[in-house]
Amino acid sequence: MNLDFSFLDTSVLSSYILKGFVFSIQLTLIAMVGGIVLGTILALMRLSGKPWLVVPAAAYVNTMRSIPLVMVILWFFLLIPLLLGKPMGAELSAMITFTLFEAAYYSEIMRAGIQSVPKGQVFAGYAVGMTYSQTMQLVVLPQAFRNMLPVLLTQTIILFQDTSLVYAIGAYDMLKGFEVAGKNFNRPVETYLVAAAVYFVICFSLSMVVKRLQAKIAIIR
Amino acid sequence: MIEIKNISKWYGSFQVLTDCSTTIKQGEVVVVCGPSGSGKSTLIKTVNALEPIQKGDITIDGVSITHPNTNLPKLRSRVGMVFQHFELFPHLSVKDNLTLAQIKVLGRDKNDAMARGLKMLDRVGLSAHKDKFPGQLSGGQQQRVAIARALSMDPIVMLFDEPTSALDPEMVGEVLDVMVNLAQEGMTMMVVTHEMGFAKKVSNRVIFMDAGKIIEDCSKSEFFGNPDARSPRAQDFLSKILQH
Repeated sequence: MNLDFSFLDTSVLSSYILKGFVFSIQLTLIAMVGGIVLGTILALMRLSGKPWLVVPAAAYVNTMRSIPLVMVILWFFLLIPLLLGKPMGAELSAMITFTLFEAAYYSEIMRAGIQSVPKGQVFAGYAVGMTYSQTMQLVVLPQAFRNMLPVLLTQTIILFQDTSLVYAIGAYDMLKGFEVAGKNFNRPVETYLVAAAVYFVICFSLSMVVKRLQAKIAIIR
Repeated sequence: MIEIKNISKWYGSFQVLTDCSTTIKQGEVVVVCGPSGSGKSTLIKTVNALEPIQKGDITIDGVSITHPNTNLPKLRSRVGMVFQHFELFPHLSVKDNLTLAQIKVLGRDKNDAMARGLKMLDRVGLSAHKDKFPGQLSGGQQQRVAIARALSMDPIVMLFDEPTSALDPEMVGEVLDVMVNLAQEGMTMMVVTHEMGFAKKVSNRVIFMDAGKIIEDCSKSEFFGNPDARSPRAQDFLSKILQH
């Protein structure tokens, strides 16, 4: 097999890849932040002990976790125009879908995190006169978040890999950039190889960061 | 100050407190003792409604903890509590532990809260540690910070739930010293403890509990000075605990 990477110069990278790369990162960050916020709310609902909060949150999480992501991406993209009466861009649709989907996974992580904080801490918050929401915000969630930081980041690495699934609705992400470049220069094997290498480098270095964090957090405890 | 009126509490079908009643007057120091599992820790946690009760009522400074209109967070902010396992906030420095509730609950100005917190920290002899995190302190130091945190809120009464039970023996003294000091200054205190030395030294009254019931509730001199008048269960407990 004859591999030739010479066409991949900076102008190709900037005109084909950069745009997709930026979108992949954007999508990851938005889905991470939105997913953690929404996931934390879902986790608090599930731990509230109030059936009218527990049941819908549990139903939402279990549903999202039982459907393949690519189907959620497709459905949302196809159904929303029917509901809104006008089409929604693939990029915006992807951002909303990923946030909603990842929230289910982040919520399970935050639920474990909240439960990892000893009950005595909740008592201590109440005892100094804090309300439920103050106790959560100021005492429990900061500790839950810190304890779960490595797991949250690991989920984010998976999320970053999953962003490539937006090919299903034709959004222009990093993989799409490589794919288009490969087609235009008739070098699909090379571009897919480079794409794999880029995903690997990003994900592997992030997982190294996670490892370091884990050691650090273990020391703090 | 605190009125506990015929309270009962169940965990499922298991009754942990049965018809407990007592009154703690202003300036009084009351020690609650009894074998483990007797319900003493549960009793003290019901006082500021950390553990709900199913029957009876408790009033603090005239305010009922079971009344639906009672603002529980506000009531609790006036009641200091010290826990067996300290329960300092591990993600915050000592300074922030002392000021957080003053600022967020009492709405105090940051500088006022800091001044008050540092004054209390000085009182427990730990000013030098204000920038440390709880994990960097010994158990005894953590418990003293916890006492300072409670005092920073200017409580009308202090509750101590086995404050020395989780400490290494050499650290018990430093915490008890702070408590004795507090008692001698006239703070109203309810103290669950096995430290009979503390009870003898500063308490006004001793409550003895067994199997969820208040068996004895009498003055210190009566409790320690007249053992023959005590119930068999209390005599047994006292003989074991005072043997050494």
